[in-house]
Amino acid sequence: MVENRPLLTFFSHLALIIGISFIALPVWLAFVVSTQEASALFSGQVPLWPGEHFIENYSSILFEGEKNSGAPPILLMITNSLVMAICVAVGKITISIISAYAIVYFQFPFRQAIFWMIFMTLMLPVEVRILPTFEVIAQLGMLNSYAGLTIPLIASATATFLFRQFYMTIPDEMIEAARMDGAGPIRFFIDILLPLSRTNIAALFVILFIFGWNQYLWPLLVTTDASYYTVVMGIQRMMAVPDSDPIWHYVMATAILGMIPPVIVVVTMQKLFVKGLIETEK
Amino acid sequence: MQKQVRFDNKVLPYLLVAPQVLITIIFFIWPASQSVYQSFLVEDPFGLSSEFVWFANFEELFADSTYLDAFGRTLLFSFSTAFLAISMALFLAIMADRVIRGETLYKTFLIWPYAVAPALAGVLWFLMFNPTIGVIGFGLNALGYEWNHYLNGWQAMVLVIVASAWKQISYNFIFFLAGLQSIPKPLIEAAAIDGAGPAHRFKTIIFPLLSPTTFFLLVVNLVYAFFETFPVIHATTQGGPAKATEILVYKVFNDGFIGLDLGGSAAQSVILMIIVSGLTVFQFKYVEKKVTY
Repeated sequence: MVENRPLLTFFSHLALIIGISFIALPVWLAFVVSTQEASALFSGQVPLWPGEHFIENYSSILFEGEKNSGAPPILLMITNSLVMAICVAVGKITISIISAYAIVYFQFPFRQAIFWMIFMTLMLPVEVRILPTFEVIAQLGMLNSYAGLTIPLIASATATFLFRQFYMTIPDEMIEAARMDGAGPIRFFIDILLPLSRTNIAALFVILFIFGWNQYLWPLLVTTDASYYTVVMGIQRMMAVPDSDPIWHYVMATAILGMIPPVIVVVTMQKLFVKGLIETEK
Repeated sequence: MQKQVRFDNKVLPYLLVAPQVLITIIFFIWPASQSVYQSFLVEDPFGLSSEFVWFANFEELFADSTYLDAFGRTLLFSFSTAFLAISMALFLAIMADRVIRGETLYKTFLIWPYAVAPALAGVLWFLMFNPTIGVIGFGLNALGYEWNHYLNGWQAMVLVIVASAWKQISYNFIFFLAGLQSIPKPLIEAAAIDGAGPAHRFKTIIFPLLSPTTFFLLVVNLVYAFFETFPVIHATTQGGPAKATEILVYKVFNDGFIGLDLGGSAAQSVILMIIVSGLTVFQFKYVEKKVTY
């Protein structure tokens, strides 16, 4: 605060509150709709306040699912999403941290070529190579499996870069001292590099967990068996009911349940999240 | 790029990079090269034989008015989304940077939409704009403005733009706030002592200093709008009504998976790959520069 301008300060607060309300409004209304009974949504009125069917709607969608669309219980979808998000995050971090280690701390033929090959993956989002990637997964027999859901997503240029940048800031004296004491490359990695990377790993985990949880096109392609549906893609099956309106209160309950876990992660680990976000973009 | 002091080992480094390299080759490089190869082929209607046709698929694509329309639509969609998300975020970041009390609380309430999946963001706004039970859709109809995004293409476009921008505000907000907080305070104070008011200071000091951030965000937001908004559209309008929201990424999916036009879809994939690599290289060139100073 450079100077005292009460009016401007008041205006700032007001603008922020309006901004926050605008951002929160869709979620509030989704919640409102998710607590209504079906008939309330056809009465020609827009509900603005939660109804009385919170427990009824949520327990029926969690444990039974919406049967018309053939969707499994949402609890199963949430479990699938959780498995996928954690496997993708852990997998990406693991293979990136070791490949960055090799690239920074070893000299070997094709090092540069491998580095560029990893870099290239940044330029190939799933969306632009859908058909051939699908064919590869099908040929490998990985459709409808957790392996198919996760393994193709765990190559990561950003994570490799992040660890590379971080290793570059670790002083050379570290490795000299370690070698003097007789530590080999594996020992050095486990006892020195890993503990030093702790915060980076945690920050990256937050970002990658959200990345994994929010995957849409990939699970849509790889799963035809409803028992492998994830929440974020499963909602599409509930939206796309031919020739009729979606069952709004179930769809919205699913939407709310599908956003709770990643939102909790972001809000509770805010500092790590912001760190991770800013660093992965460097 | 690399340490001066290194370990000597012939086998270990290869073992360490092996998982990453294998996954990259199997799931990235191989499919991408297949896309490139297929974009030069035309398959007969039964999928029994294919013929090498050089650039015929590309020529056909650029002669096809539906493709060119999708291109224009994508540009409109991407720039509108980026503009909306960036301007909202910049405004909110400036306000959040000004206030002292409650800053952390405001920040928490502004960053959570980052965690909401694009597909879910689409679903939320689809409800908001619903002509019978959505606040905005119903409200507009009640006010006498006919709103029905199931039939009106422009309205469907507005819907997907708002949903896509909504999700991206928090991301931009975080970067703008970080940018604003890294501007040295004495600079602002000196200007204030010289009699420059808040608006003048913003125009002459703050905004110019934020322009690298803004530029970076523009690139990131365009990439987002080009490629990551597929779920927003697929979960809500499905490219309709009458292709009014069919952007390029959606078209690749639709022509390839639903229409089974392999050559044409592959050619579209190749064009998208060129666009995304261009944008990525651009972003990295700029970022490398930022890191050095």
